[in-house]
Amino acid sequence: MTLRSFLRHETILLILLVIALIILAQQSDKFFTTDNLLNQGRLMAEVGLLALPMTFVIVTGGIDLSVGSIFGLSAILLGVFWHGLGIPLPVAMVLAVLVGGVAGLGNGLIMTRFNVPPLIATLATLALYRGLAEGISQARSVRGYPEWFFVLGQGEVLGLPTQLWFLFGLAIAAAAVLGLTTFGRTTYAIGANEVAARFSGLNVARTKLIIYATSGLIAGLAAVIFVSRVSTTRSDMGTGLELDVITAVVLGGTSIFGGKGTIIGTILGLVLMQVMKSGLALAGVKGDGTIVVIGVVLIAAILLGNLLSRNGDG
Amino acid sequence: MTSPLATPRLTAPVRRLATTLEANGQELVVFAVIVVLFAVVAMINPRFLSDTNLTTIFSGNAYVAVAAIGMTLVIISGNIDVSVGSLIGVLATISGTLAVNGYPIIICWLAPLVVGIAINAFVGVLVAYVRIPSIVVTLGMLSVLKGGLISATAGAWINDLPPDFMLAQFRLFGIPSPIYFMVALTILAALWMRHSGFGRTIYAIGGNPDAARVAGIRIERSIVGVFMIHGFFAGIAAVLFATQLQVIQSTVPPNLELTVITASVVGGVSILGGTGTVIGSTLAAILFAAIGSALIFTNVSAYWLRAVQGLLILATVLADMARRRRLR
Repeated sequence: MTLRSFLRHETILLILLVIALIILAQQSDKFFTTDNLLNQGRLMAEVGLLALPMTFVIVTGGIDLSVGSIFGLSAILLGVFWHGLGIPLPVAMVLAVLVGGVAGLGNGLIMTRFNVPPLIATLATLALYRGLAEGISQARSVRGYPEWFFVLGQGEVLGLPTQLWFLFGLAIAAAAVLGLTTFGRTTYAIGANEVAARFSGLNVARTKLIIYATSGLIAGLAAVIFVSRVSTTRSDMGTGLELDVITAVVLGGTSIFGGKGTIIGTILGLVLMQVMKSGLALAGVKGDGTIVVIGVVLIAAILLGNLLSRNGDG
Repeated sequence: MTSPLATPRLTAPVRRLATTLEANGQELVVFAVIVVLFAVVAMINPRFLSDTNLTTIFSGNAYVAVAAIGMTLVIISGNIDVSVGSLIGVLATISGTLAVNGYPIIICWLAPLVVGIAINAFVGVLVAYVRIPSIVVTLGMLSVLKGGLISATAGAWINDLPPDFMLAQFRLFGIPSPIYFMVALTILAALWMRHSGFGRTIYAIGGNPDAARVAGIRIERSIVGVFMIHGFFAGIAAVLFATQLQVIQSTVPPNLELTVITASVVGGVSILGGTGTVIGSTLAAILFAAIGSALIFTNVSAYWLRAVQGLLILATVLADMARRRRLR
């Protein structure tokens, strides 16, 4: 029953995706070129990476609004570590990713130790981490990274953009962990009924800590990849990124109330969103117009999900 | 911070003071912090207390306090609105555009209120009847309003506003009008929250929705009402914001939603709903404006402002949770 309803949502997404692709292909002959498709893949990699742990977060019934700010903080610190403190770039990259992990762990600790709801905890750290990024950088940007660093964000490995390998690898890992392991089952159990999960002897606090710390860690990784793609660091990087990430996850069929969702759905949601963005761009809609569409899609996706699940209940 | 209430040996006045502290703890703390901040910064740099600067702090940020009144009601009812900054940006642009196009001034002032109420009625319906969590609805609204505003206006400046339109620049007895708005609306809202049926309803819903429902409160309708009132205050805030300078930049004021939410939360509105007052949120809005100004007057880079904001929210939230744990 549940398997069937999962399949149904993902089938709907797939059909929508095919329709969107057909329309786009007919409207513009530039869309279905290898160059454009690979480029689109490059553009969606950062949001895609963040959407993987966000799926876990939302499946537990939580939310992480601070990923955009952690992303900005890690990006800034990469520049500061390397340019400001003279740390070798490879070490600086690792440190930047780790800072993301620490920031995420901070979120987890605030929630589990003080029982602060995820929404409020990450709203506070959204301000705090972005504020740290702005304060540390003083609005100065860092440029002039060495050539090899750009392999990560602008290069290719075996004909595919480098960051897509990261996305594929981590997506498979995330799907396996969520679908096949005890940890994955615990994640669903927390989202379905946290109190019941705790009384069943599941370590709810530890599971949440791991999930939020991973969310931060991946935000750090995505930030390093992003810096490599755009060749500079600025403190406003990743502003509003959480909206894209949450939309991709929710569009992918993960219930905002927790307990339901899959990584395959998230990936489909992500691709559909990128296709819509690219389609709007080709149709001449500017960047600001696309965020209107994303907002509408976010609300519509939940609306539709609510109606469908209500029908199922009745 | 809280006094030992239960000690029987306390004399009556002390006990009364203790009760006041317990009931209005957060408001008094915020007030004390404001006094200390003003004293310290004034010692470092006496120009902090100059007329111009005080006007900037109080009058220039009154619109934040007004918006925080509505936000306070929303948070007390157990919801949140992250789109209020974008809404104020949109409403201010509407107001300014109408004024430039020669519409009667009264319409320019009233249109933001009407539009604000209408938009938030829609948000309220999605939250209350369709049961989408308010964070998701308003996150969506945020991008719709922000993106819509930028694509419609490209962030252009609205110039040549008629002089009569400048509501926020009017002065009465030498005091700018936004301060009257802030004080009057805060007092009215505080009294209304405390004594009206609907005010108590909002507390009841935030405190325990199930109990409120059993008590016969129509929760859905009340939630829509709360969001509409919030839209009304956002409309007033937008008019004050639009009329305080000679030009309006038709974009979203950066970080405004966060500043408004911070004011509510730091002012003592419990993040879990059910408690808090608008007096606290107004005091916190003033505190926050004063901190921003104090950073400048003490030569600390204003780029740290948001970090301070984040720390304030976090500290208040943690204190709130700790207090709840102690009460349990």
